[in-house]
Amino acid sequence: MKPVLIAALLAGTAAHAQDFNAVEKGRKLAITADCAACHTGDAGEFAGGVPLETPFGTLVGSNITPDQATGIGRWTKEEFRRAVKSGKAADGHLLYPAMPYTDYANMTDADVDAIFDYLQTVPAVHNEVEENQLPFPLNMRVALYGWNLVNQTDATYETNPDKSEEWNKGRYIVMGPGHCAACHSPRNLTGGEKTGDDFLTGATLENWHAPDITADPRLGVGGWSEDEIIAYLKTGHNAYDTASGPMAEEVALSSSKWSDGDLASVAAYLKEGEVDAPASAKAPDPLDAQSASMQAGAAIYGDRCSACHAADGEGVAGLYPKLSGAPLVMADDPTSLGRVVLAGSQAGATAAAPTGPVMPSFGATLDNAQVAAVLDYIRNSWGNAAPAVDTGDMASLRKDLQTQ
Amino acid sequence: MTGPAKRLPHTDAVVIGLGWAGSIIAKEMVDAGLEVVGLERGGWIETGVDFNINTAPDELRYARRQELMLQTVQNTVTARNNSAQEALPMRKWGSFHPGNGTGGAGLHWAGITWRFQPEEFRLASYLSEKYGDEVDPNLTLQDWGTDWSEMEPAYDYFERIAGVSGKAGNINGEILAGGNPFEGARTRDYPTGPTIPTYAPKLFAQVAEDLGYKPFHTPSSILSEAYTNIYGMQMGPCTYCGFCTNYGCANLSKASAITCVLPALVRQQGFTARTRSEVLKIETDSNGSKATGVTFVDSDGQEWFQPADIVVSAAFTFENVRLMLLSGIGTPYDPATGKGQTGRNYCYQTANNVRLFFDDKEFNSFIGGGAIGMAIDETNNDNFDHSGLGFVGGGSTRVGPIGAPPIGSRPVPEGTPKWGSKWKQATTENYNRSMSIGCESSSYAQRGNYLSLDPNYKDRLGRPLLRVTFDFPENDLRMSQYVTDKIEEIGRAMNPRSIERNAMTGHWNTVPYQSSHVVGGFVMGADPETSGTNKYLQSWQVPNLFVVGANAFPQNPGYNPTGTVGALAVKAAWAITRDYLKAPHQPLVQA
Repeated sequence: MKPVLIAALLAGTAAHAQDFNAVEKGRKLAITADCAACHTGDAGEFAGGVPLETPFGTLVGSNITPDQATGIGRWTKEEFRRAVKSGKAADGHLLYPAMPYTDYANMTDADVDAIFDYLQTVPAVHNEVEENQLPFPLNMRVALYGWNLVNQTDATYETNPDKSEEWNKGRYIVMGPGHCAACHSPRNLTGGEKTGDDFLTGATLENWHAPDITADPRLGVGGWSEDEIIAYLKTGHNAYDTASGPMAEEVALSSSKWSDGDLASVAAYLKEGEVDAPASAKAPDPLDAQSASMQAGAAIYGDRCSACHAADGEGVAGLYPKLSGAPLVMADDPTSLGRVVLAGSQAGATAAAPTGPVMPSFGATLDNAQVAAVLDYIRNSWGNAAPAVDTGDMASLRKDLQTQ
Repeated sequence: MTGPAKRLPHTDAVVIGLGWAGSIIAKEMVDAGLEVVGLERGGWIETGVDFNINTAPDELRYARRQELMLQTVQNTVTARNNSAQEALPMRKWGSFHPGNGTGGAGLHWAGITWRFQPEEFRLASYLSEKYGDEVDPNLTLQDWGTDWSEMEPAYDYFERIAGVSGKAGNINGEILAGGNPFEGARTRDYPTGPTIPTYAPKLFAQVAEDLGYKPFHTPSSILSEAYTNIYGMQMGPCTYCGFCTNYGCANLSKASAITCVLPALVRQQGFTARTRSEVLKIETDSNGSKATGVTFVDSDGQEWFQPADIVVSAAFTFENVRLMLLSGIGTPYDPATGKGQTGRNYCYQTANNVRLFFDDKEFNSFIGGGAIGMAIDETNNDNFDHSGLGFVGGGSTRVGPIGAPPIGSRPVPEGTPKWGSKWKQATTENYNRSMSIGCESSSYAQRGNYLSLDPNYKDRLGRPLLRVTFDFPENDLRMSQYVTDKIEEIGRAMNPRSIERNAMTGHWNTVPYQSSHVVGGFVMGADPETSGTNKYLQSWQVPNLFVVGANAFPQNPGYNPTGTVGALAVKAAWAITRDYLKAPHQPLVQA
C-alpha cells in the first residue's frame, strides 16, 4: 500500500512543481518581510486588524488573505506588486506609509510575486478592516500624494560589483524584505525614512529607541562579531543585548525563522557596513565618576542591578545583557534604556532560547532622578561614555508610558 | 463518573500535576511525538511575571502567608498519631508545605539535590543481610524493585535538566577528593561546578575535616554559574539574596519545572496545559484494569472528562495517594493485617540540629541560598556500622544558611525572655552570631503509619480528605539521639559560647515546620502484593496508569527527596517512550 501512495504523491508534486516552489519561496519571504507583524491579528493568519501606533495616529494592518470581498482575492499580481512597492492599492487608493513600501520598493518583482503566490494559498478569512483611524486631516488619503512626492524614491536595489555576493545578499535583505530601516533609520518631519548618512543610525518610535545598527564600532554593531549578530537575530539575545518590545516581536515572528544562509549574509553586511558610511564619531568623555549623579547611580546599581548584570557590567551571556561596551547603552537617545528601567521588559522567547528572561520594572521604586542617575552610571562606567541623561526626559517618558 | 461531566477530545496522554515529575514526563512524551494534556490544580506561574525582584523577597507574603502553598481551604489533610485517635484537619500548614500551581512544591524548595545511595534501592535485603535480627521487627522496610544500574542514568539525566551544582566524589568507582566519598559511582561529574559556601559552612567544613570527616559541597539546584539545560532553558548564577526556601526565584537561579521545563514545553505543538483544573478521579473501565481518562473540575465548577490512552498521576505525595484511593486503584492498606498497597509505607523525615552561639564570629546571616553549603555523610544511612546500636538509618549533616529573614529568623539562646527589651537586645546581639548544624535524617516505615481516606472530613467538592496516621518509630528516635550526639561533638569543636541540642523526641506534631518530605503511600517494588507500581512506576493493576512522585519511596533515607523524584520521573518517561508505546496497555514487568 505504501509505495503506491508515495508514487501517487510524487506524480502530484511533479505536476505542480513550479507552483510549489514559488509558494514555498513566497512563504519564506513573507516571514522575512514579517507580514504577520501587522497583518495577523485575532481574526486569523493575515486577516488584518493589528493596530500600529504612529506619531500621527493609529493605523491598522489590512486583510491580505485571498478573501474576495475583504481581502486581496480579486487582486492581480500587478496590483499586488504596485501596493507592496509603491503604496497604491488595487482600487487606486494610496496606502499609508506604515506599510513600509519605500523599503519593499527595493525588492525584486519576482520576490514580490512569490509572496503574492503564497498569500493566494492561505485560508481566506472574511474580515472587514478599517485601516484608517487617523484624525482629520491626516485621514485624507489625498495628503499622501504630497508625502510620496517627498519620500518615495523609485529605489530598485542595485548590486555593488565591488562587494561580495554575501554582502550584497545581506544588503538586499536589510533594505528590501527585512525593511530594517523602517525602525532603525531616523525619520524626517513627515515621518519618511532618512537615507544616506542617516541610514540605520537609529530612531525612536512608540517610546522605544531602535538603536544604531550601522557598522560604527561604538554606537552600531561593528564591534559585534558576525556570530553575535546571528545569535541576536536568531535567538533574541547575545552577550550585549536582549531583544525587547517591537524587536522581540520581530525576532519571534521573523528573524528567528530565517535560514542560516540569510542570517549569515545579513550579519556579513551589517558588520562590514555601507561603502560610504561616515567615519565613526569621536566618543564623548565619560561623566565624572565623582559627580553626584554618578555616585548615586553607582549605589543604585549595586543594590538593584548588579545581581543580574554583575558588578562589572558583564552580565550573564545569553541571559542578562552585558552593559559594558554595549552600543544600545551608549546611544545618544536613552529612551529604550529609560523605558526598560521604568516599565520593565520581557525578552522574546524563541524555540532556540525558550526562557524569555525579564527585566523587572523599577518605576514604582525609583524616582525620575534615580532612573537618570543609574542610567548615567551604566552609560559612563567600565569604559562606556555617553551624554548625561536628563531627569525631565525620564519624567516625560514615565508620563507617556503611563498614558499609553 | 462524577456528575454530568462534559467530554473533551481524546488525547494520547493526560498528566496530573505540572510539578517536576509531571512536567518532565509531559516534555519527554511530547518530544516523542505524543499529544499531551497537562492538568494543574493551581495557576500558571512564570518567573518574569510572578517573581519581579522588587517584590519577590517578601517574607510576609511568601513565608508567613504562604502564597505559593496549596491553600487549605482548597484541600488539606487530617492528622493523628495512631489508629486509636480521631484525626483532625490541618487548617494552616505547619509540619509540611504542599505546593500549588506550575512547579508544584519544587518551586519553593531549597534545591538540595541528592542521589540516594545504591544500597537504598534494596534496603530491606541489604539491612537484613548485614544485621539480621538486630533490625527492629516493627519496621516494614521494602526493596524498591530497581537497582543502581537503572537509577544512575536517570539521575544523570535529571541533573542535566536541573543543572545541579556540585563536585563528584565517585566517578566510575574512583573516589575523588572534595566530593562525597559515600555516593554511588556516577558516570560523570555534575553539570555545573560547586557553589561557593558562605562563612558558616566554611567554618563547619574546616572543623569537620580536622576531626577526620570528609566534607563536600551540598549538591545544589541553586546554581553556581550560568547554565543552559538539555531543553534549551537558561539559568543564571545565584546571588545569595537570602529569600529562597518558600520563595520563587526571580533570578532564574533555582531549578524548578518553571525554570527548566515548562516554558520550552508550552511552545511545543502537542502540549496543552489546563490550569486551575483539579482532577477528581482517574476513570477506569468496568473491570478496573484500564484507565479511560480523568475527570476534573475547572475553576468555574464545570466538570470535564478528558479521555486518554495513558494517564500519568504526578501530583504531590498526598494527592497521588488520595487519587488512588478515590479511584479504586490498589487495595486500601490495612494496618491490622499489613495487607493492601494503597496508603502503605507512609514515611516522613526526622529533622535534628544543634544551634551554636558565638561571641567572636560574624556570620552575615542575611545572605544565603537554599542548598548552598557544606555537608558530611559519615552520619548517614549505613555509612557507619550500626552493630549493637539498636537502630538503623542516619542522616546527612549539613550547614547551609538559607538566609535569615527579618520576621522568622531571631535566634536567641535558651533563657532569653520571649518579648520586651531584653528579647530585642538579644536578637540584635545574636542575629549575626548564630548558626546551626542540621542533620536531615531517615524515616523508616512501620506497620501503624499509613495514609487512608478520612471518614469524617471532606474537601469543598465533597470528597473525603486524606488522613495521615503517623508517629516517629522508636528506631528513628534512637537514631536521632545518636546522630545529634555526633553533630553536637562537631559543634563543640567549633568553640561556641553556647550550644543547643534539638534531637527529634516524642510524638510527631503538625504545628512546627519540619520538612515537606512526605513519602510513600503508593510505593514501587517487585511484589504486587506490597507495592502499587512496578519499577517503571507503572501501576500493577492498571498498566496504562503511571504513578510518579515521592509516594513511590518505600522508606526515606537521610537525604532530601527531589533528586530521586526527578530521576523516577525520567525513568517513567523513558519506560513510556521507549518501551510501553511498542506494546500499549501491557505490563512492563510480569507480576
